[in-house]
Amino acid sequence: MNRSTTARILLIVCFVALLATPFVVRRLSARRNTTARLDTTNALSRYGFYLQEVAQSSQINFVHQAPTLDPKLNHIMPQVASMGAGVSIVDYDRDGWADIYVTNSGEGSKNALYHNLKDGSFKDVAAEMGIADVNQPGTGVSMGAVWGDYDNDGYEDLFLYKWGRPELFHNDGAQRFTRVTDKAKLPPWVNANTAIWFDYDRDGRLDLFLGGYYSEDVDLWHLKTTKMMPESFEYARNGGRKYLFHNLGDGLFEEVSEKLGIDTRRWALAAAAADLHGTGYPDLFIANDYGISELFFNDGKRFREVGKQTGVGFAPKSGMNATVADVLNNGKYSIYVSNISEDGVLIQGNNLWVPRDGSAGDSLKFDNLARAMDIEIGGWSFGAQFGDLNNDGTQDLYLVNGYISADRNTNYWYDFSKIAGGNSTIISDAAQWPSMDGRSLSGYQQKRVWLNDGTGKFVNVAQAVGVGDVNDGRAVAMVDLWNRGVLDVVVVNQRGPLLIYKNTVAPENKWIDFELEGTASNRTAIGAEVRVFWDGRQQVQQVTGGNGFCSQNQRRLHFGLGIDPHVDKAEIRWPSGKTQVLNSPSPGQVVKLKEPA
Amino acid sequence: MRFRLDNRYLPPLFITCILLVGHLFYGILESYERTALAIVAAIVTELVLGRIFFGKWLNLASAYITGISVGILIRSPAFWPYALCSVVSIMSKYVLRVKDRHLWNPSNFGICALLLLAPDTVAVLSIQWGNFIWPMLVIWILGSIIIWRAKRFHISFTYVVSFFVFAFLRSWITGHPWRAEVAPITGPMYQLFVFFMVTDPKTTVRSKMWQCVVVFFVAFVEMLLRLNQVIYAPLYALFVVGPTAMLIEMWIESRRAVTQKSATTQESPAA
Repeated sequence: MNRSTTARILLIVCFVALLATPFVVRRLSARRNTTARLDTTNALSRYGFYLQEVAQSSQINFVHQAPTLDPKLNHIMPQVASMGAGVSIVDYDRDGWADIYVTNSGEGSKNALYHNLKDGSFKDVAAEMGIADVNQPGTGVSMGAVWGDYDNDGYEDLFLYKWGRPELFHNDGAQRFTRVTDKAKLPPWVNANTAIWFDYDRDGRLDLFLGGYYSEDVDLWHLKTTKMMPESFEYARNGGRKYLFHNLGDGLFEEVSEKLGIDTRRWALAAAAADLHGTGYPDLFIANDYGISELFFNDGKRFREVGKQTGVGFAPKSGMNATVADVLNNGKYSIYVSNISEDGVLIQGNNLWVPRDGSAGDSLKFDNLARAMDIEIGGWSFGAQFGDLNNDGTQDLYLVNGYISADRNTNYWYDFSKIAGGNSTIISDAAQWPSMDGRSLSGYQQKRVWLNDGTGKFVNVAQAVGVGDVNDGRAVAMVDLWNRGVLDVVVVNQRGPLLIYKNTVAPENKWIDFELEGTASNRTAIGAEVRVFWDGRQQVQQVTGGNGFCSQNQRRLHFGLGIDPHVDKAEIRWPSGKTQVLNSPSPGQVVKLKEPA
Repeated sequence: MRFRLDNRYLPPLFITCILLVGHLFYGILESYERTALAIVAAIVTELVLGRIFFGKWLNLASAYITGISVGILIRSPAFWPYALCSVVSIMSKYVLRVKDRHLWNPSNFGICALLLLAPDTVAVLSIQWGNFIWPMLVIWILGSIIIWRAKRFHISFTYVVSFFVFAFLRSWITGHPWRAEVAPITGPMYQLFVFFMVTDPKTTVRSKMWQCVVVFFVAFVEMLLRLNQVIYAPLYALFVVGPTAMLIEMWIESRRAVTQKSATTQESPAA
């Protein structure tokens, strides 16, 4: 055999080996995911927890209804009417037990407020409290809700965002809710999919961010034109405007978004606030569909967009979720953004924006570590929440997904991709979109429960810990529903049931919770940070006024601590800037703190 | 002295223009690093294999086009597909050869291979870059001029006309709006496909007329695939039709050579 022949044979071998590389990569990543079915004993010993769906036995029979929009959208109705199932956790009556508010989106359908009866069951009290019948024809339909005590009277008030007329309800001492929308001077119509309460200027009063999706001049029930779709699949700027309502006190709000530098018409689906660049003021992150994410640094007086500069606003994707957590237990916040991934069609991958070591302040930079940490591919992902599901001291991640589950044997992806590649005159016109004809689009997807192993890797254990549903998941919230020192999971599904996943955690794993009440700061302490130091580890969490996708977790902060922990201290930074240190708090308790004078 | 640019360097310049226009106007790149990786991987592979198998440092224009095409067209959050696609694309020129000609357009082969082998990690750019119409028109006009100078405009033109004809036919068959059927060709993937893949001198048949016939068949097979809802139909159509046409041409040429040889042999005694 001469040299030339040998070289050619070697070349062919290399060529074949390279073509086989994807198989090897797939095999290696498959090892990190488990598809075993639930075995509670095994799950407890291997993963430290398991989940059981208990909605029915908790007297909860909520099924979300989607809206029926203008007949001109009939051919793509499932796709346009694909959101509206939202969930937010609140203790509206201050009895120390978490309640659940869920939004509905059928015209005339009712939202539900599930009052926690403390015996494992819930009762829907929305109608008697005056916050059920909020989807009347002509007023639009609910998309989500966030709770915050805007007047600092101690009771959490309700802001409801809709494709339609946004509503603010005052909580009258848990006796009833009074509609105060008109007094607050909220806009008459916003097609919104995200809102968060935060005190952007730290004046002790909660302000409100509201993000438009479709343009606010579009009435989806009475279309003047079918040219209301995004002008591009990844570069659209024809979405709804953004609102920042500055709380003036006495139930009055002033809209200040443009004045303070928030002027964008991207298609917002989720927002989160956190002090990312260390000024003490909450910055604002917006995950946009059909485009790049935006990050607004807040210096207390003005916002400036720094998405590209910080790295989070470079590659356009389909942002649908924004949730903030200390994923690496290094005392810094990372941001998780969910996107779309469909084998062979569109692999956007979800993003985990982790602050780069050595960068801080105005020069803060983020790197996307979702792939490195194995939390990148989650199907057509929607809501996601971090929480320590097994109380081992690290933040786990629960992700819901699935866009439209219709006919199992046909899908709309081909036609969807055809239009997605089109010029703006084509993609922006709903009349040009091919009919869906009952086809699925990324339907029947398996949810992800990613367990943080503490070494920078996550493992998907969804089925092994009891999460097997394949509904079209939209929003997810984490909450200790029965005051057991564990995080349960509440999931709402588009055109599907509300699911309650009751968590059972290995008892050797300990925990500590914090409930904060502001005095100089806003009373619900939104924006407050608690940093717990134990056994040489640390973790920071903040009180939020809504995060994820159309969702809000419990106000209480829950820290898992692992086995036999010794807590050195807890540092509290209140929104007002005051700091407080709690030395050696005992695990296994809810620490209730009032902001010191 | 008049400066005259070698025609060989027009396509690389043009594709660089597309990249720059695309990124400066729309921010198309997944990341600078991934695109650079694709280009470097293609160039290094070409250098090494060219040296080993041809004993010389080859002109890198073709490898550069392959790398940049991969860098633009491949969409993946991972890094390795960019490198792998470029390397496999270039290697295909050296491995998949018949009668000393390679059969597949390198980037077409590499991208199709990855789409088939790694669908969970790789997709192809199939979305509109943006909505500024002028940059798009500039690309189409500039591309047409360059292809015209390279004497390959007839190929691109035949393909585009065929695509439109088949788009209307598909619209008639499926009942979908004709604009929806035409939509894909307004996207950037087609700019690269029309100007760089179907016109690749090394992987197209020699006769001008048959070049037109072959791209017509590419458009026809694409239509069949589209009717079967295959998303990357043009890439797969070229993947199938291009080498088939090349093989047929080689077969015809070999038959012709045999016939001529035997005719020459038969004529010789008489002479």
